[in-house]
Amino acid sequence: MQTEQDSPEKLVAETSVQIKNADGLHMRPAMQFVDVANQFECDITVSNDENDVDGKSIMQMSMLAATCGTKLKIKAQGDDAKEAIDALQELVEEKHFDEPTPKWKNRKNKKKDVE
Amino acid sequence: MEIKKGIAVSPGISIAKLLIIDSEDYRIPRRSIMPVQRTAEVQRIRNAFKDAIGQLTELEAAQDDTEEGKIKDIFAVHLRFLHDRSLRKRITDLVDSKLVTAEYAVSVILREIASHFSKIKDAYISERATDIYDIERRLLRQLLGGKREDIEHLTEEVVIVARELSPTQTAGFNRKFVKGLATDAGGRTSHTAIVARSLGIPAIVALEDLTECVSGGDTVIIDGNRGIVIVNPDQATIQQYEAYSREFLLLEHRLDEIRTKPAITRDGTKITLLGNIEFPDEAELVLQKGGEGIGLYRTEFLYLNRKSEPTEKDHYQAYAETIGFLKQRPVTIRTMDLGADKYTQSKRFAPEPNPFLGLRSIRFCLQNLTMFKIQLHAALRASVLGDVRIMFPLISNLQEMKQATMILRDVMEDLDEESIAYNKNIQIGIMVETPSAALTASTLARDADFLSIGTNDLIQYTLAVDRGNELVSALYSAADPAVLRLIRTVIQDAHKAQIDVSVCGEMASEPEYIMLLLGLGIRTISLTPPMIPEIKQIIRSVTIQDCNNLARTILGMNTERQITRYLRDATQKILPEAF
Repeated sequence: MQTEQDSPEKLVAETSVQIKNADGLHMRPAMQFVDVANQFECDITVSNDENDVDGKSIMQMSMLAATCGTKLKIKAQGDDAKEAIDALQELVEEKHFDEPTPKWKNRKNKKKDVE
Repeated sequence: MEIKKGIAVSPGISIAKLLIIDSEDYRIPRRSIMPVQRTAEVQRIRNAFKDAIGQLTELEAAQDDTEEGKIKDIFAVHLRFLHDRSLRKRITDLVDSKLVTAEYAVSVILREIASHFSKIKDAYISERATDIYDIERRLLRQLLGGKREDIEHLTEEVVIVARELSPTQTAGFNRKFVKGLATDAGGRTSHTAIVARSLGIPAIVALEDLTECVSGGDTVIIDGNRGIVIVNPDQATIQQYEAYSREFLLLEHRLDEIRTKPAITRDGTKITLLGNIEFPDEAELVLQKGGEGIGLYRTEFLYLNRKSEPTEKDHYQAYAETIGFLKQRPVTIRTMDLGADKYTQSKRFAPEPNPFLGLRSIRFCLQNLTMFKIQLHAALRASVLGDVRIMFPLISNLQEMKQATMILRDVMEDLDEESIAYNKNIQIGIMVETPSAALTASTLARDADFLSIGTNDLIQYTLAVDRGNELVSALYSAADPAVLRLIRTVIQDAHKAQIDVSVCGEMASEPEYIMLLLGLGIRTISLTPPMIPEIKQIIRSVTIQDCNNLARTILGMNTERQITRYLRDATQKILPEAF
């Protein structure tokens, strides 16, 4: 993660994340994403290879159609940019939107169940 | 100026500004607005979003967290979309730049998004297109709902243009200002036609794409005599039509002159002419036009023109008002006939896949006894005010009829206990409108005081044709040999049982069928009030002998086309103005 001084006032933070939950960035995860994004004052832009979209718009986020494995770049601009990036990264890569991740991880879970 | 041809279903001529009723169930056509309307149109969009958000918030709160909160999640997602500023901006920008209506902009943008989703390869994401359609419909309902309220508060005369009209929509019409109806869909006996005839305003149906060729505020001429709609007519055409309209009124007045004369054939047979009504004040029209009573008092409007179910008092007041006009003349109250309509279906937990073969009419009443008993209680209480009769619709077997009668007896006992007076010998009849009822009419006639043939449904069920579907509506005809044979059976069975039999469907207000019906043995006809003078004119011009001969000839014919042509020719000889 990089933090840099873009202009005297605007703080910019950026990160790259990979979608790891099995069903991808469908409606519910997109909702969680924008809910987190909207908690911050800074502007948030999310991009895949082709498009840059507003990370606070559920319409634009869900139209990215990020499936499992998709890499996304998240860029935040504003006073709380760093906090926003931290929170979003946690949601996508650590919490996986509270959803199951693909097989290799499921298998682990199953083992647990057996125990 | 654009001329469109459809099917004329209610006579008369109207020249007025048009008002379009779109429906969220169909594609919204592109329509333009004036630059000055921009701000108002953008405000309509804001209001629609605001109201939709309010509605969804309530829905979301009402959901519990069971089913892993799935339904709650769906509402939550929809709410995020409605709160999404960039979505709203795309819509308002379209109104602003292209000068289109709010409805069109909402529909176009949301469909663009939906189609974007459905193209995505991932099945899980592409299925989300249905959520977008859901949001589109919710917004359109808000926008169009607002328009519907406008129709209830009209201040100038208008002609209503719609894809099709439902009873819910027509129940809200401000009848003083609605001067004509024109719809894309529908046939001769669609709801639009029935309402227009009972209001005495011209109507044209089956105009196919009329709603796409017009904009709100356009002037139109509705020629309900020839089935022509003229959009934005030039001055010469308007003048021509104003003259023609005056002539037509003269003909109507000439017919009105015979209203005080009895409906007797040239060889002295008395025919009873009754009116079909929906609203109490139409009872007055029946008398004005020379009707002798009410043969079909539809009571659905009581359920459709209010938000909650009507109370016993609501029923009673309407019945008392109607009976007040009629004094001691017969008033046949038909019990609630809803169920297959859009209104009831939309309120159901799960819409029926085939509502016309589903829980409608008497079947619905027999499963909703509390509601049914409220209506019967009011009808019985009103029975002391005049000559009231009760008629059960859509009876399809003896058991149903016995059940309905038994419930009526139950309500009578309740009234006895409450010491409320009612007519203990009230006549109880049924509508024969299914082939099963027609084929077992001899059995049903033993337990009924009268039969009334409801030809609209009888034709639909006999010929398996949806009369509102323009793709097959040409097959829908009262002149079909199968329909005529069933009608003859019912009449013969009623005669054998020595009970009254009447016809109350739209067939009874079509001039070309009158001789045939008399020839088949009908002596009581119930029809839309504005047509009473014309039908009386026919009755007064024929002999029963002629009618019997005509019926015999017709029953020997095997095709609908042959029968229709024969009837048309025969009627034209008697009443040339009718065509």
